[in-house]
Amino acid sequence: MTTRIDRRFAGLKIEGRAALVTFLTAGDPDYATSLAILKNLPAAGADVIELGMPFTDPMADGPAIQASSQRALKGGQTLKKTLELIREFRKGDNDTPIVLMGYYNPIYIYGVDRFLVDAKATGVDGLIVVDLPPEEDTELCLPALKAGLNFIRLATPTTDDKRLPAVLANTSGFVYYVSITGITGTAAPNAARVNDAVARIKRHTSLPVAVGFGVRDAARARAIAEGADGVVVGSALIDALRETLDKDGKATGATVKAVTNLVASLAEGVRSVRRVAAE
Amino acid sequence: MSVQQPNTFRAGPDESGHFGIYGGRFVAETLMPLILDLEQAYAQARKDPSFQKDMDSYSKHYIGRPSPLYFAERMTQHLRGAKIYFKREELNHTGAHKVNNVLGQILLARRMGKKRIIAETGAGMHGVATATLCARFGLPCVVYMGAVDVERQKPNVFRMKMLGAEVRPVEAGSKTLKDAMNEALRDWVTNVEDTFYCIGTVAGPHPYPMMVRDFQSIIGRETREQMQEAEGRLPDSLIACIGGGSNAMGLFHPFLDDTQIEIYGVEAAGHGLLTGLHAASIAGGRPGVLHGNRTYLLMDDDGQIKDAHSISAGLDYPGIGPEHAWLHDIKRVQYLSATDDEALKAFQLCSQLEGIIPALEPAHALARVMDLAPKKPKDHLMVINLSGRGDKDLDSVAQHLGGGLK
Repeated sequence: MTTRIDRRFAGLKIEGRAALVTFLTAGDPDYATSLAILKNLPAAGADVIELGMPFTDPMADGPAIQASSQRALKGGQTLKKTLELIREFRKGDNDTPIVLMGYYNPIYIYGVDRFLVDAKATGVDGLIVVDLPPEEDTELCLPALKAGLNFIRLATPTTDDKRLPAVLANTSGFVYYVSITGITGTAAPNAARVNDAVARIKRHTSLPVAVGFGVRDAARARAIAEGADGVVVGSALIDALRETLDKDGKATGATVKAVTNLVASLAEGVRSVRRVAAE
Repeated sequence: MSVQQPNTFRAGPDESGHFGIYGGRFVAETLMPLILDLEQAYAQARKDPSFQKDMDSYSKHYIGRPSPLYFAERMTQHLRGAKIYFKREELNHTGAHKVNNVLGQILLARRMGKKRIIAETGAGMHGVATATLCARFGLPCVVYMGAVDVERQKPNVFRMKMLGAEVRPVEAGSKTLKDAMNEALRDWVTNVEDTFYCIGTVAGPHPYPMMVRDFQSIIGRETREQMQEAEGRLPDSLIACIGGGSNAMGLFHPFLDDTQIEIYGVEAAGHGLLTGLHAASIAGGRPGVLHGNRTYLLMDDDGQIKDAHSISAGLDYPGIGPEHAWLHDIKRVQYLSATDDEALKAFQLCSQLEGIIPALEPAHALARVMDLAPKKPKDHLMVINLSGRGDKDLDSVAQHLGGGLK
């Protein structure tokens, strides 16, 4: 079965360009602002939307995403509300793929079976769960695939050729290449090395490869788009959002616009690279 | 790797690192190859006689093992019941049981050619032990410690610095042990090439819960021999405090298959279980996934981790080692709790009756000894793991009792 993710990457391949994948934390800094931003993303140029499920202990995330999780939780965001957010969004957009990203515990507590039913019904297309490596596939990955959701795996610089097949085995939708060893939003990757890594992964899979961690502006997005099928931007968007907040961390009139503008600029960078469909 | 056998409680974990449904390897992909490397290196080391020889030699000459099994005569008389023995882990070099595990991990890190050591610490005892062995072997050491703990455990912060370690206060979240562990994991995921993460308790992703337990099991193995020597038989009950649970697991594990022996773990009940301000993850939590393993955790209905509360920084953690979670479910070990106030009372009683100032952590276990021992016959042999000494706690105890150090 194909998902919106499969269809979107197939379409972009025909167009001959990479996808802009945007990450924001659901409910940051509050539900209404988050929904307003979400609704603007497709028109601004986001091809795939990643939505973070806030968690108290985001062990793989840097200060920007840690703080955004805290703001969202303080604003009363829960996994249930995150699904509501998507349901609202789907009323006006039935094409843009949505990937939920986060940590396992909130899903585990929600109940895996119930979560998969509710996620599918609200219009979620894929899941990225940072702390579920292939060794734990029976927890969520296999049930998710069975439920018709994509399970998108992270590959990292420490995932060598020996390990890649295990990482790719139950991966679907796309592969998310984490371009640095480290937490989100800190170091900037070297584009040439990233392209080599993407090529290495592509020798093992026909899935699209999106690259994330350390992409902050249109120029960097363009450089990554040369070799990858998708460019993921997260911390930079969250920084742009944070800069518009008032001293109590509340949204202001500038919040939605700041994020939308940065997405538009990143989209321009990604779309400026035309590629011949590789195969 | 051993396969889970029937009729034994000591065969876990299985090959994938599970104790029943608990444990596992819930880590980011970046760390997965490192954890697999560690598992392999540890499996080789534990079979290597030269590794065991090094362990034994440093245990004896550097840590000062074996630690005595001491008959607490005055406390026994006072409580008028069971015959109480203290396993004197507070007499180890650095003042707690933590050093047993750190020695093992640092020797392993050296075998693996790692050049930099990181650790998390709560009360600072694991941090001090890690800083100590890093000094001994000339390895750079970074210790992550919650900013709240840095404040309430100043003597240990100074000790770590004196030993040449860098102490990084963690300002995120609740600024205690769980946040220190998050930050250590973030460091590890960033510095994968040269860094060894020395986890201080029987928690985290496989193989840590098993490996730390193995290194701490020296406590129980010695206790078996020493009790045989002292009384000609095994003890009737064991009791130890539990944060992550490494001192308890070290004492319990060699006795798990002696099913006639009662085993008690004591969690920190903080202000009281009903107040919600406590660190008793078995009494007040439920199974979830954090820091690489599935275990009992304090959390809300959305799966968000709750802050733990305890007067003892070493117990101030919203989880517990996965093997304890399993031992609770199968009812091999009984998990009790003690409040801040009960621990403070036991702290004073032990100091005044035995001339031993215990750490606040084992004072929680002593608090339960105070009501378990009187109910037992006089020939009942009860062993409490006196896992650390109380010097580090004098300032905070003085403040709780009013007046401060004068």
